[in-house]
Amino acid sequence: MDVILVGLFSLAIIKATPLVYGALCGILGERSGVINIGIEGMMLIGAFMAFMGSALFGKWTGAAFSPNLALIVGLAIGVLSAALVAALHAVLSIHYKIDQVISGTVINLLAAGITDYAANVYIDPSHLSGVGVFPEVPIPLLSQIPILGKIFFSQQPMVYFMFGLVIFLQYAIFNTPWGLRMRSVGEHPSAADTVGINVNRTRYINVILGGALAGLGGAFLVLESVGRFQKLMTAGRGFIALAVMIFGRWTPVGAFLAALLFGFAEALGVRLQFGDINHLYALVVIIAVIVLFVGAVGLIRSWVIRSRSSRSLVVNLSLIGLGALTLIAAKLIQFPDMAIPIEFLGLLPYILTILALTGLVRKAVGPAAIGRPYEKQ
Amino acid sequence: MRLEVFRITESEIAPRTATGKAVSHLSNLGVPVFAIFTALVVASLAIFLSGSNPIEAYLALAAGAFGDLDSLITTMIKTIPLLIAGLGVALAFRGGLFNIGVEGQLFVGSIAAVIVGTGFHAPIYIHIPVTLLAGIFSGALWAAIAGFLKAKYGANEVITTIMTNYIAIRIITWSIGAYGPLRKAASVVPETNSIFESARLPELIPGARLHAGILIALLAALLIFLLLFRTTLGIEIRTVGMNLHAARYAGINVNRTIVLTMALSGGLAGLAGAVQVMGLSPYNFTTGFNVGYGFDSIAVAVLGSIHPLGILLSSLLFGAMDAGARLMQLRARVPIEIITILQGLILMFVAANQIIRSLYHIRAPKGQGEVNLTQSWGGSTD
Repeated sequence: MDVILVGLFSLAIIKATPLVYGALCGILGERSGVINIGIEGMMLIGAFMAFMGSALFGKWTGAAFSPNLALIVGLAIGVLSAALVAALHAVLSIHYKIDQVISGTVINLLAAGITDYAANVYIDPSHLSGVGVFPEVPIPLLSQIPILGKIFFSQQPMVYFMFGLVIFLQYAIFNTPWGLRMRSVGEHPSAADTVGINVNRTRYINVILGGALAGLGGAFLVLESVGRFQKLMTAGRGFIALAVMIFGRWTPVGAFLAALLFGFAEALGVRLQFGDINHLYALVVIIAVIVLFVGAVGLIRSWVIRSRSSRSLVVNLSLIGLGALTLIAAKLIQFPDMAIPIEFLGLLPYILTILALTGLVRKAVGPAAIGRPYEKQ
Repeated sequence: MRLEVFRITESEIAPRTATGKAVSHLSNLGVPVFAIFTALVVASLAIFLSGSNPIEAYLALAAGAFGDLDSLITTMIKTIPLLIAGLGVALAFRGGLFNIGVEGQLFVGSIAAVIVGTGFHAPIYIHIPVTLLAGIFSGALWAAIAGFLKAKYGANEVITTIMTNYIAIRIITWSIGAYGPLRKAASVVPETNSIFESARLPELIPGARLHAGILIALLAALLIFLLLFRTTLGIEIRTVGMNLHAARYAGINVNRTIVLTMALSGGLAGLAGAVQVMGLSPYNFTTGFNVGYGFDSIAVAVLGSIHPLGILLSSLLFGAMDAGARLMQLRARVPIEIITILQGLILMFVAANQIIRSLYHIRAPKGQGEVNLTQSWGGSTD
C-alpha cells in the first residue's frame, strides 16, 4: 500500500475520534433512557473552553511550564465545562421533565450563542492564540507493524485513549453490574426501581459522564487538530455522532466501527479537495474499503459481540482478502482521467444511517424507555 | 357521581395532550412573558461581563426593531420566514412529530423556486403561483420521505430529518459549487442566477422593501388555524399526536396521517424558502442563505405554544430581535450573537415553565402537563 492510502486511513482514524467520543456520550445517555441531541452543543463548549483554558494558562504562566501542561489544563477545563452543560441537560430533562429533544435544542442554541459571543469578546480583539497541539506518540513495537502500525499506533494520545475507552465501555456496559443497572434503567425503569436501583441518579450520572466525553471530543478538535478555536467548529459532528451511535446499534464497538466509516468518508472528502487523486481510482478504493469493512465488522461481531453471525469465518476472511487485494490491484492499474461527481459519495453515511433505522440493512432498535421521564408510581 | 368520574378521566387524559398545553398556555400568557423577561435578565449578565451596558443594549435593540418605519419593515421582513417555518414545526408537533428537518426542507424549497423562477418566462400571475407551488411541493416531498419511513418502518423522524438535512445541504452546495449545474456563470462566489422578474413577489409599497410574502405568511397562519381546528383532517392530525393507539382504534388511518402531517409541515418549510428567494433582493440562492431559520423556528413554535396565533406573536418577537441586533451592536458594542443566547434562554424558560412558575408564583392551571413529543423515539409506531 502506498503513502496516500496509509495517510488516508490514518486521517480517517483522526476524523473518527471526535465522532466516537460524541457517540459514547449518546450511548451513555440513551442506555439510561435520556435522549441527547445536545451532543453538538456539549462538544462546542468543550472545544471552546479547552481552547480558552490552554491559551490563557499558556499566556499567564509564560514559558514556565511545558506547553503540554497547558494542553492538559485546557483539556480538563473543556471536559469539566461540557460536563456542566450536560448537567443542565440532565436537570432540565430529569428534574423538570421537559421534552428531551427540546432540552437538547436549548443546549445547542445556547452553546452556539455563548461560544460565538465569547469568541467575539475574548478571542478576536486580543488575537488570543493557542499553545499548539498534543504531539504524536508512536507506540513502541506496535507502531512497527507494517501498514497497521502507521494507521493505528502512530497517533496522538487522545486517539489511544479513545481506543481504550471503547473497549472498556463495551466490557463495562455488557459485563458489569454497573452496566446492567444502566441498561435496566433505560429499558424498564419501574422494574429497575423495584429492585432498588435509583433511576434518576443513574440517569444524572450517565448524562453528566456523557457530557464529559462529548467535551473530550470537542477538546480533541482544538487540542489535536488545529490548535485554535473557530466559531461553530463542531460543524454538525454532534449530530453525526448520533447517527454513529444508531448505526453502531447503541454499542461502543459498533459505534467505533460506524465512526470509522463516517471518518473515512470525511477523510476522503478532505483528500479529494487536493485534486491529486484520480476519481475512478478513488471509487475503486471506496468499494474495496467497504468490502474490507463488511468483512472486518463480521469478524469483530463474531468475536467481541458474540452474536449469532450468519456469516462464517471463511466468508469474512475472504471478504477482507478480496478488499485488500482490490486495494493492491487498484494501485497497479492506470485509470483514465474522468470527472465523476464524487461528492455524492459523501452522502453514503447519511443514507446508510437512514437505512439502518428502517431495518433495510439491519434494524436498529434503541432502549425502550428512552425519552420518557421517570415518575415513581 | 358520573360527573366525578368524567372529571377524573378528563384530568388524566389532558396532561398528555398537546392541546391541553396550548390552551392552558393561551389562557395563561404569563409564562411566556415572564420567560422572555427572565431570559433578558440572564442575558444582561453576559452583556455586562463583556463590558457593555445591558439597558443601553436593549434600548438599542428595541430601537433597531421598532424605532422607525425602516426598522419596522426590517422586522416584518425577518418575521416572514420564521412565521411560515414556525407554523411548519408546530403542525408537525400537533401530529406528534418532531420535524427537525425544517432547515433542509427550506433549502429544498428555495432551490425549487430558483429552478422554476429561472426556468421559463411566463406572465406574472402564472409565474408567481407556480414558483410558490414548486417550493411547497418540493419541501413537502422532501419531508414526506421522513414521514413515509416513520409510517412504514417506524424510523424515528428526528434522526431521519437530521440526515435528510445533511443530504439536502450537500446536494445543494454541490449544485451551486464550482462545477454545479445551478452556478451563476462567471460568479466568484457560489450563487445561482436571479429569478426572472415575473416570478418575484411584488413590493406592497413601491420602494419600501416589504414584499407580498407578509400576506402569504399571514394567510398561511389563518389556513393552518382553520386546518387544525376546523377540519376533519385537523382533528385526525391532533388525535394521532395525542394518542396513536386511540387514533388507530378510532379508525383513523394513522400511517396516512403521519405522512400527510410531515408533507404539510415540509410544504410550509418549502414555502418559507421559496418566499425568501422570491421576495428578497438579489432574488437568488447563495451559501449562508437563511442558515439557522430551521432551528429558530423550533423555538418560535414552542414559544408560540404551537398555536398559529401564538406563533404570530413569537415570530414577530424573534424577527424583531434579528432586525434590532445590528443597531445594538453598533450602539452598545454588543456582539450580534447575544440574540442566539437570548433565543436559547427563552426556549429553555418556556419549556421548563416550572422554573418560571416557581420564580414568579404563577399557579399551574388545572390539567396542566407536559407534552412528550418524543414518545416514539425507540423507533416504533406501535
